[in-house]
Amino acid sequence: MRFAYYPGCTLKTTARNYEDSALASARALGMELLELPRWNCCGTVHALAKDDVMHYLAPIRVLVRVEDMNREGILEGNYRLVTLCAMCYNTLKRANGVVKEDPDRMRKLHDIMEREQPYEGKVEVLHLLELLREMGFEKVAERVERPLRGLRVAPYYGCLLLRPRGFGIDNPDSPRVMEDLIRALGGEVVEFPYRARCCGSYHTVERKDIVAEAAYKILSQAREMGAEIVALACPLCSFNLSERQDEVEREFPGFRKIPVVYFTQLMALAFGLGEDVCGLDQNHVDPRPLLRSKSLI
Amino acid sequence: MGEERSTVTIYVMGKAYEVPASLTIMKAMEYIGYRFVRGAGCRAGFCGACATLYRKKGSYKLEAALACQKVVEDGMYIATIPFAPAEKRTYDINKLRPTPNVLLEYYPEIARCLSCNTCTKACPQDLQVMDYVQAAIRGDIEEVARLSFDCLSCGLCAMRCPAEIVPYNVAQLARRLYAKYLAKTSEHLMRRLKEIEEGKFDEELKRLKGLSREELKELYDKREIRV
Repeated sequence: MRFAYYPGCTLKTTARNYEDSALASARALGMELLELPRWNCCGTVHALAKDDVMHYLAPIRVLVRVEDMNREGILEGNYRLVTLCAMCYNTLKRANGVVKEDPDRMRKLHDIMEREQPYEGKVEVLHLLELLREMGFEKVAERVERPLRGLRVAPYYGCLLLRPRGFGIDNPDSPRVMEDLIRALGGEVVEFPYRARCCGSYHTVERKDIVAEAAYKILSQAREMGAEIVALACPLCSFNLSERQDEVEREFPGFRKIPVVYFTQLMALAFGLGEDVCGLDQNHVDPRPLLRSKSLI
Repeated sequence: MGEERSTVTIYVMGKAYEVPASLTIMKAMEYIGYRFVRGAGCRAGFCGACATLYRKKGSYKLEAALACQKVVEDGMYIATIPFAPAEKRTYDINKLRPTPNVLLEYYPEIARCLSCNTCTKACPQDLQVMDYVQAAIRGDIEEVARLSFDCLSCGLCAMRCPAEIVPYNVAQLARRLYAKYLAKTSEHLMRRLKEIEEGKFDEELKRLKGLSREELKELYDKREIRV
């Protein structure tokens, strides 16, 4: 099955391990994720102002490209757009929802985009996790060659995969999609209350202290509940919960570092796709000693 | 031609002139009596010196073109842009590295791009300007170089960008980085240069130089054409 796929800027630079492991895992499951031939930044943050039109141009343009792929025959009647980055997912999905409900805003957008292909409103924005759930986790389990036996994984969602209600991929109060996936991969799920708490987001630029504190709370609680490793689906969450552990270690004595990986890395590992595809050397807190101790690599 | 008008009315500095309908903007302005001391170069659409903005009477749309390429149309209000007041950063290409953030470092304003695509619509070369600005944001230097290869640096994209980005100078930095660090060196070219230096072709050239015009013609007609 082929799908249009939107990578987003970060997956092409600092989160290559996310993209590489995701594409390989999807392929192993018989899904071909076709990168949009042309794409721009998703817009990064969803614009909330009712009268904001300009910030919708970027996400809507991305959606037009999916319709272009169908017009050009690369896809046939398949308007589903698969995303990986939680932020891109959130921005694209919400912009799509807003313009479909708001013809006035759509008209203004088309006025600005004049002489270009208008958006026909056909696209459905998805996260890869939703596609896996739709496929059925028993199917995912069938593909597992090297189960993550004995690995205690804490899934972390952050904000953008779950909120706001109606746009999230799962129940924001008790999500289970990543839990189900980890179980299907043979791992042990460690649920912890802070799994949907904000990582501190863009405070990481100007206020590292805020992010360090958030990371400390989230990670030390995961540790307390018995986790050995954290799995997530967002490059910014990953940066804040991995790179910022250096600050956490300095500011909170007694803190023990914990590896943070993308859920797709665990998937590629369990599918036996090899260490290279997983890009484990790119994770800031090296997960390899732990995975070696469990004989998973 | 029949009933088609042979002249059109254009406005330069707001003043109306009747000019032959077949002229380019540049030739029409010279026809009127303007003499270009700046804002004209190759006159063949290659140098990018004659960036021009115009609007048609009754339209809100501001259009962009090269004066030496665009043929006048009736009701054109014309403003030439002989110099684009655009920012160009100073760097030593030998000290830069083709890292994902280097374009953002020298031109941080590219992050202000909202994907409005105004730059693309202003480009007289029909380049996908917005696409390469977007590639610049995500640090894809090779893609910027590829998409901007035919850029003339006329400056029209920069003059129209509402985010005040200078796409063409960003692209120039990307192409320089690409050429210096990313493009593959062509080994066959180096080999051939060495052959030339070692005099491999000297004798044949000497022989050709000694031939008569007729002999050369015959040789040319009989040459082997490999497709």
